[in-house]
Amino acid sequence: MIRFARPVLFLAALLPLAWLVFAVLTGRASANPAEDILLTTGIWSLRFLLASLAITPVRRITGWHRLIQYRRMLGLFAFFYAVLHVLSYIAFDRFFVLGEIWADVVKRPFITAGMTAFVLMIPLAVTSTRGWIQRLGRRWQLLHRLVYVSAVAGVLHFVWKVKVVIGEPVFYAVILAVLLGFRVVWRLRRSGAR
Amino acid sequence: MLIKKRSDIRASDITDEALYLRRREFMRVAGGAALLAAAPPWLQACSAGAVDDTGAGAAAPAGQSPLSNYTPRVVATDEKLNTFDEITSYNNFYEFGLGKGDPQRYAGRMTTSPWTVKIDGHCNNPADYLLEDLIRPHQLEERIYRLRCVEAWSMVIPWIGIPLNEVIKRAEPTGKASFVAFETLQRPSEMPGLRQRSLNWPYVEGLRMDEAMHPLTILSVGLYGKTLMNQNGAPIRLVVPWKYGFKSIKSIVRISFVDRQPRTAWSEATPREYGFYSNVNPNVDHPRWSQARERRLPSLFARHTTQMFNGYGEEVASMYAGMDLKKYY
Ligand code: HEM
Repeated sequence: MIRFARPVLFLAALLPLAWLVFAVLTGRASANPAEDILLTTGIWSLRFLLASLAITPVRRITGWHRLIQYRRMLGLFAFFYAVLHVLSYIAFDRFFVLGEIWADVVKRPFITAGMTAFVLMIPLAVTSTRGWIQRLGRRWQLLHRLVYVSAVAGVLHFVWKVKVVIGEPVFYAVILAVLLGFRVVWRLRRSGAR
Repeated sequence: MLIKKRSDIRASDITDEALYLRRREFMRVAGGAALLAAAPPWLQACSAGAVDDTGAGAAAPAGQSPLSNYTPRVVATDEKLNTFDEITSYNNFYEFGLGKGDPQRYAGRMTTSPWTVKIDGHCNNPADYLLEDLIRPHQLEERIYRLRCVEAWSMVIPWIGIPLNEVIKRAEPTGKASFVAFETLQRPSEMPGLRQRSLNWPYVEGLRMDEAMHPLTILSVGLYGKTLMNQNGAPIRLVVPWKYGFKSIKSIVRISFVDRQPRTAWSEATPREYGFYSNVNPNVDHPRWSQARERRLPSLFARHTTQMFNGYGEEVASMYAGMDLKKYY
């Protein structure tokens, strides 16, 4: 069963995209398919990001150490959906007008946060290969702590985007807080034990 | 139709409708059609499931009645109409939930008959009107308007309704009436969205008296030749085509003449983002997005340039002469 876990996870992670393509092509999307694409890719990027952050705490609590094999894939899917999300924003919302995109990034905190989350993902995706892991050694660990900043920026982006009912983004914020909370507690314990 | 100048209504900015209808090339008065419809029996004409002759593609769904005696294309545009399906499946109506599909999914359970509209405040004829009595004395007209949502998407919709100013004149507002306030139905048993404290219910909106009297402002009771679907604000809603969509309040139960600028649901929820006027204005951004362009649904790309006052500037701009529209957004 474990043998098939990777390909199954891989295919499952493509399901949101498959559904989007299917819905848009067959007229099952809303009257505003661009919005469907933008929101679906955004939320799945965030979900994969949080899933990748959940691997370490779940391993430590359950002792299921093999989970580590899936962390990179989850992180890369977060990046994959973020790329689709940002591209659909650039094409559909801003119609490729670079000046407008820049104006959005500097003027609108929710876009600034989204851009921060996205830009920080780029070096992480690039250095996710075995070659880079070996080349960077201990610095790789340090570099990949940027994922915490990216996730915080991603959640902020979601919170600031919402109009009046912030229940859903707060739900994701709480999950992120718990995931980061584990790390803080472990770090405190370790330094306390010394 | 001529709007009489009365001391109690600031009529100075109101265009004579007859003149105005002749003026614009995109507006076509359907000659003689009005004569055919001496007494619009708009509700008597009900026969559910009638054949759809509007090209909208579907027979009237249950609960919808065909409207026959309306003057076609009193105001029109050459732009492509959105389909009935688009107009009735993608809505903002938070009383039924926050999702764009929620109104279609949940609004069906709203009872719209009988329906009473309370007209009160500073006027000589305050009353509770049955919907039929409110509409029947007036000639229904088709008005094909652009609808520009504050969320930067737009549609083109063939509304059917009556000018709001005719209803206002019947109510005879007094000199104290300088604004008109509107209220949406608030019925928790039929509106699941009310449980969410998204807005301070009931939904309320308002217009300055001259805006309410403007010939482009209508009370709509139908679209595509049929009575409104619940998700579009049945049985009666406001349509103010030069303002962002949320000003066009749905499922109205009360119209009040007031002497002060009334509170409005969205400007109360987030005053920095939504003002009282909310005129379509490509030069004043929403804090979270630009209003310079819009996505004409169902297009993917937001490449449509947004026009000042949604393209109705020639008719309405004079009402705002001298006003700082960046301040009064
Ligand atoms: C340059 C970077 C980004 C830009 C310009 C951007 C832009 C946007 C825009 C315009 C929206 C839609 C807002 C609306 O319709 O009200 C949105 C929603 C969203 N974005 Fe982004 N985004 C960026 C990066 C990201 C990243 C990296 C993530 C994930 C970590 C993300 C997650 C989301 C989420 C969760 C939503 C809301 C989805 C929903 O409401 O269901 N975004 N983004």
